[in-house]
Amino acid sequence: MSPIGRVVRSGVGRRRVQTVVIAVAVMMAVASAVVAGALLVAADAPFDQAFARQRGAHLAVQYEPALVSDQQLAATGRSAGVTASGGPYRTVAARGRDEADRLTPTLTLAGRSGPDGEVDRLDLRAGRWAERPGEVVLAASFAGPAFRLGGTLRFDGVDQALTVVGLALSAGRSADTWVTPDQLTALVSAERPVTVQWLYRFQDAGTKEQLAAARERLAAAVPPGALLGAQSYLDTKRAADQGAAPTVPFLVAFGLLGLAMSVIIVSGVVSGAVGTGLRRIGILKAIGFTPGEVVRAYVAQALIPAGAGIALGVLLGNLLALPLLSDTEEAYGAVSLTVAWWVDLLVPAAALLVVGLAALVPALRAGRLRTVEAIAVGRSPRTGRGQWAHRALGRLPLPRAVTYGPATPFAHPVRALAMLLAVVFGTVTATFAVGLTGSLSAVTRAQDRDGLAPVIVFSGQVRGLGTPAPGQRTGSAAAAQPDRVRAAVEADPGTAGYYGWAIAEATVAGLTGTSQVVLYQGKSSSGAPELIDGRWLEGPGEVAVPTRYLERTGSRIGDTVRVTDEGGTRSLRIVGEVFDTSNDGTRLHADLADFPKAGPVAFKVTLKSGVRPAEYAERIAAVIRPIGGEAIADTPDQGGGLVLVLQGMAALLTLMLVAVAGLGVLNSVVLDTRERVRDLGICKSLGMTPGQTVGLVLASVAGLGLVGGLLGVPAGYALHGFVLPVMGHSAGTDLPPSVLEVYQAPQLALLVAAGAAIALLGALLPAVWAARAPAATALRAE
Amino acid sequence: MTQVIELSGTARRYDGAGPPALGPLDLTVAQGEALAVTGPSGSGKSTLLNLVAGLDRPTEGTVTVAGTRIDGLGERALARFRRDRIGMVFQFFNLLDDLTVTDNIQLPAQLTGTARRTAATRAGELMELLGIERHARAYPGRLSGGERQRVAVARALVNRPALLLADEPTGALDSASGEDVRALLVDLHRSGQTVVLVTHDLALAEACATRTIHLVDGQLAADTRAEALR
Repeated sequence: MSPIGRVVRSGVGRRRVQTVVIAVAVMMAVASAVVAGALLVAADAPFDQAFARQRGAHLAVQYEPALVSDQQLAATGRSAGVTASGGPYRTVAARGRDEADRLTPTLTLAGRSGPDGEVDRLDLRAGRWAERPGEVVLAASFAGPAFRLGGTLRFDGVDQALTVVGLALSAGRSADTWVTPDQLTALVSAERPVTVQWLYRFQDAGTKEQLAAARERLAAAVPPGALLGAQSYLDTKRAADQGAAPTVPFLVAFGLLGLAMSVIIVSGVVSGAVGTGLRRIGILKAIGFTPGEVVRAYVAQALIPAGAGIALGVLLGNLLALPLLSDTEEAYGAVSLTVAWWVDLLVPAAALLVVGLAALVPALRAGRLRTVEAIAVGRSPRTGRGQWAHRALGRLPLPRAVTYGPATPFAHPVRALAMLLAVVFGTVTATFAVGLTGSLSAVTRAQDRDGLAPVIVFSGQVRGLGTPAPGQRTGSAAAAQPDRVRAAVEADPGTAGYYGWAIAEATVAGLTGTSQVVLYQGKSSSGAPELIDGRWLEGPGEVAVPTRYLERTGSRIGDTVRVTDEGGTRSLRIVGEVFDTSNDGTRLHADLADFPKAGPVAFKVTLKSGVRPAEYAERIAAVIRPIGGEAIADTPDQGGGLVLVLQGMAALLTLMLVAVAGLGVLNSVVLDTRERVRDLGICKSLGMTPGQTVGLVLASVAGLGLVGGLLGVPAGYALHGFVLPVMGHSAGTDLPPSVLEVYQAPQLALLVAAGAAIALLGALLPAVWAARAPAATALRAE
Repeated sequence: MTQVIELSGTARRYDGAGPPALGPLDLTVAQGEALAVTGPSGSGKSTLLNLVAGLDRPTEGTVTVAGTRIDGLGERALARFRRDRIGMVFQFFNLLDDLTVTDNIQLPAQLTGTARRTAATRAGELMELLGIERHARAYPGRLSGGERQRVAVARALVNRPALLLADEPTGALDSASGEDVRALLVDLHRSGQTVVLVTHDLALAEACATRTIHLVDGQLAADTRAEALR
């Protein structure tokens, strides 16, 4: 082994604690970075590639053909900022039946003579394009036993069954079924009104603001009311990425925190090694080591444990990324997703570089030290730094063993700063994680509005568009009578309030396919989704919509929405923006009275104080079961899979980061304790008990811990305030105050105390070592 | 006569298979006695001092100091024993560089919970007695070797210990300072303080001690009593 190798090996061996600290800190940072990187790639690459290849439409715009001519629409394709356009494609929304006579979801059918064009060049995955009436091409995502090549699809009012001749993929999801233009015309009916679709690509289409401006320009170029709606590719992309995208901001936050902490700890450890090893450095130089060799030796002492940490971090990061990537994989369908190979190379390389640079600065100091000075400084007693602090603290009316400790950091300001930063970052992480967990729980509560109604009474109503709710009995349900069920609810003395509830499926101008509309009857504000803006429904003619709907269609509160179902088409005025991410964030909330073919599927009941939900449900059920109804006591939702994954991951990453912060403190205190071993030995020889020694060491970090907590909590609070809205936007929604404002004053006070706790826990081990070290040995260390 | 130190069959082994570093040894030191422990390097002098101070434990036999058998005490009890019964003076002073002279002297008293004012008064008395009162607010690094050793002696005496242990107290001093400390130890013994002095310096032993024991390879080679201090 080379001389440098021997020096490095002995250095690593002598500093086991610091070696472990570096390895764990780097492992955590790399694991976070790998997961964040993997998800960033997963969230971007497949969609972007397919979209670019197909020259997907930045905006797919629906027009009312009665109000605008094809010539006028063609002119919009030549307007400023438009780089390419395609159309006109007639479209209708319709539900068909497969060969087994099963009803399909509502399909957006487009009449296109071929898959190619300036925009939206469809990938024909199987079969061929529809060449004549009677043929249909389905979106590849439908492929399965129910929809296969050669299979048929029938639509009410159309005699001829359509044969599936091809399966195609539109990255921008301009439609999900294609037929020839003639066939499309044959599908148009009073229930299936035709719209005209134009597809556009723009010079500037990177942001939703740019697309909103483009939409405004298009709307201005056609007669008022002609532009019915527009679908942005950014929303389509986000919908495809919805599994992973919201996790990216918080993983990036954790990754950056981890990286910052790694830099602090690595530079702290190497600085400590240099600072406490001055005499050793002097001896190395005296026996012939060049400055360059000394620098290499000290950098290598950091890189060896960092290398181990990096390897473990890559492994851990890949394991952590799996559950999140599987969510993304589901979003992309058959696309297989693993951590990109270059993420597994780039992150370790970057980590190695950062660690190397962090170690290089103090190592260069070791290289620059003059031999004689190094040996002399290593032997001489410490300078007088921090004496003023000892003098000041000695005057405090506290036991001397306690007041002797807090002055210690002032003797080593740089080391104290490293310790302080470790505590600050640990507290930032803990504060952020507590807020994140609180917010995710609030999201779960906000999405589980049923939990606010302790009892749900099902009317069994399945006529019209009302669909049975989960748990609803079928069979005799069709015979149920909502009025009699309502009467039973009203008659029960335990009822405090109730409202009727149903779900309809409808097509909404500007959105492809079917959207769900939740229908309310009566005083429904108690079960309303969390409001982000505007107000809740006050009567018929109004609709509350989620953020994503507003973004996707470019509408705002006060605009009208054209909603079509089998009961007809009506225009509803948007009165509120609600927090609702279900059904891709496009679920609308409206008054049941606007959907005359629907009846209440369930009554959500609030109870008077003291009434037990289970007993109430049992009582009501006994009355309404004979007429096909049912009543159940609702149990709160425990949160969806993604929320649980996020909470679990946040807890794991927080635990790791807080542990690393504690290790950072431990590293500093170990250095201090080693350096002060003589002083501690003196104190013990003078009669300082083990308990007093522990108290002295802990007191030396308690103040720093408290200051770290005081600095870290506001920073963590601010980080939460920044990251949560970004996460919300990644999921396509703004967030209500209940999700954003989750901290409470006592909680924040506890988090400040957590800063001190991190410092105390980190210092506990060296404190016990110091207390147990025999005084005679400590004195010999002189 | 009251025995301040009683060692019975006391031995300390660092290597289970090898010979003991000290003992087995039987030794008593009476109250008011000044004992010098001499011997070549590795003879067990410092080991003996550490055992009597409760800084180390014997592997065989018993150690009783000021009426307390200390070989079986836990660390906490040993620490209390040290601060109540023992004062120690080291070759290299072992003062805390961060603390002023006054703070160094007061520290053992403060560890016992003595009131701040009482400790300050006692420290002031000792500084005056030892002639270092003008350095009260100075830090040890600014003092000469002799002055530092006087501070160390003052610190050792602040709790009025039953036993003063001095480990090569003049070993790091020039001859003038050494003579100064020697005179101080003589004065302390004359005032009734029991002293155990470990030294290579036979002249110091002769000047300060009423009794000298000589250790060779951990064994008692000689035990000499002086009629009176010269």
